[in-house]
Amino acid sequence: MEQTSKKLAHEPEKRERSQTTEILRRLRKNKGAMLGLAIVVFLVLVSIFSSVYFDYDSQVIRQNMLQRLKSPSAEHIFGTDELGRDLFVRVLYGSRYSLVIGVVSVLIALVLGVFLGAIAGYFGDVVEEVIMRGTDIFQSVPITIMAIVIVVSLGQNMINLMIAIGLTSVPGFVRITRASVLTVKNQEFVEASKAIGLSKANIIFNHILPNCLAPIIVQTTLRVATAIVTASTLSFLGLGIPAPRPEWGGLLATGRAHIRDYSYMTFFPGLAIMITVLALNLLGDGLRDALDPKLKK
Amino acid sequence: MYRYVLKRLLLMIPVMLGVSLLVYCVLDLAPGDAVSFLAPADATLEEREQIRHDLGLDRNVFIRYAEYMVNMFHGDLGKSYLTGRDVFKTFAEKVPNTLYMGFTAVFISVILSIPLGIYAAIHRGTLRDNASMVFALFGISIPNFWLGLLLILYFSLKLRWLPSGGAQRPESVILPAITLGFGMMAMLARTTRSSMLEVINQDYLRTARAKGVPERVVINKHALKNALIPIITIIGTQISTVLGGAVVTETVFSWPGVGRLIVDSLNSRDTPQVTGSVILTTLFLSFIVLLVDILYGVVDPRIKAQYTSSKKRGKSVGADKQKVSA
Repeated sequence: MEQTSKKLAHEPEKRERSQTTEILRRLRKNKGAMLGLAIVVFLVLVSIFSSVYFDYDSQVIRQNMLQRLKSPSAEHIFGTDELGRDLFVRVLYGSRYSLVIGVVSVLIALVLGVFLGAIAGYFGDVVEEVIMRGTDIFQSVPITIMAIVIVVSLGQNMINLMIAIGLTSVPGFVRITRASVLTVKNQEFVEASKAIGLSKANIIFNHILPNCLAPIIVQTTLRVATAIVTASTLSFLGLGIPAPRPEWGGLLATGRAHIRDYSYMTFFPGLAIMITVLALNLLGDGLRDALDPKLKK
Repeated sequence: MYRYVLKRLLLMIPVMLGVSLLVYCVLDLAPGDAVSFLAPADATLEEREQIRHDLGLDRNVFIRYAEYMVNMFHGDLGKSYLTGRDVFKTFAEKVPNTLYMGFTAVFISVILSIPLGIYAAIHRGTLRDNASMVFALFGISIPNFWLGLLLILYFSLKLRWLPSGGAQRPESVILPAITLGFGMMAMLARTTRSSMLEVINQDYLRTARAKGVPERVVINKHALKNALIPIITIIGTQISTVLGGAVVTETVFSWPGVGRLIVDSLNSRDTPQVTGSVILTTLFLSFIVLLVDILYGVVDPRIKAQYTSSKKRGKSVGADKQKVSA
């Protein structure tokens, strides 16, 4: 930001590009992050193609009692469940629930949290006090319990699940945004924007926030991982996406009922959750190191 | 210091009010109420109305909340709609189980993670470091209910070493505690490593080595002591996560604790029991967070000095903490 060497000053556009390139270069060098990214891309493709390739009514939820509880074999590589449905198809198909819930709920949290955090950080005083105390209240209840209470109250379906998880993720974004707005808001370019008479909204959203992106991006990636776990946790408790939809947490709850004799039913859905979360964590860690090399010593 | 603690204690009151209002009103939005669980299946509409009236559910939610508040400040959290028992008593019966499991989990994760983190930091960049950190990354990523099921699968069903659920036997706590503490262990190992790496190259360690302090003492005393602050922060924030996660672990292991109490009461729309349990849980966790903040002062005299000085300084302590936890 403060580099003013003559060469750079003459080529502002090139400098900007080279900063992005530099970040991407650092990210590309990080093997873990690239592995994480590859897995995430793969999962997105799986979730898109599984809904094209498999027919929901005839392949995902249709029961077939002749095929029930078959252990993994060449025909059913993950085996079949207690109603004779192919577990491989169901696990693949389930990826879309986890990904959609993860992304949408974090978007809700991102929009709300960044907005509140930004105005708290920028305006200070009473606004800040009110927002931060509200955040404290919200944050003092453990996430899982809060999400359960909200989802039970709103009623049990996918949209409410996303709202519940989104709301529980808001405080994290508020805190992180406020903290970085505080470090940026006293810099000269903000002073300059004020001097030329830009509106407050313009200053906050077009000038301050773009300089706060790094921690927000990292937080977003890691939060998607948390959201996916919370979603499957609620489904596992029977409070998330209702059967027969093959959400991973729900599949695990069924697997638990048959754990004694058919352990493969517990194994594969859990593995799917773990791989997804692992990939997002790898990517998030990599992004953090790439965006802020100061943190990595 | 005392003023700081007092201020924090006073700040808990609005937080508790906020939490109780939030939970009470949110629950009131819920479709269905306790009546459907209390009334016999063939109850007439009038009978249902009578039950609703007896519970006071036909009155405005804010009036009910106000009454609830007044009673709460008299130490009365009300009676369960379902069993008619005192909310606090039911909670108090379950809380030792959750605390027992929770603190065993915290204990296990602390004694395993700090040595692991130090080990990784000392062998920085080597295969051993990478292996430890990959292990920790898996630990963070594994959903704890799945870990619980895998442990049951292996240690109870296959090896038959440990019971798969309940709290009857002393060894029953082992699997739930490992399940609950695993994520925290992984998180702590990572924090310990990075925190140790930050201090490990500093001059005073070189000085210590130069004056002939044995390497073991350099690491365990000189380095670790200065690396402790972020570690304590994570312990503090994770205790809340761990006890919150107890909801799931208690379900997996049929452990009779607070988490299951909350889920069960929620399912039967037992508002007083849910609200009371959430308030008490939150209150307890707030005390833990305060305790951790006081501990900072003990570990780091620089922070202790800030507690006693002006309000502005106190704010900057909070900001530092956020940086660490972010």
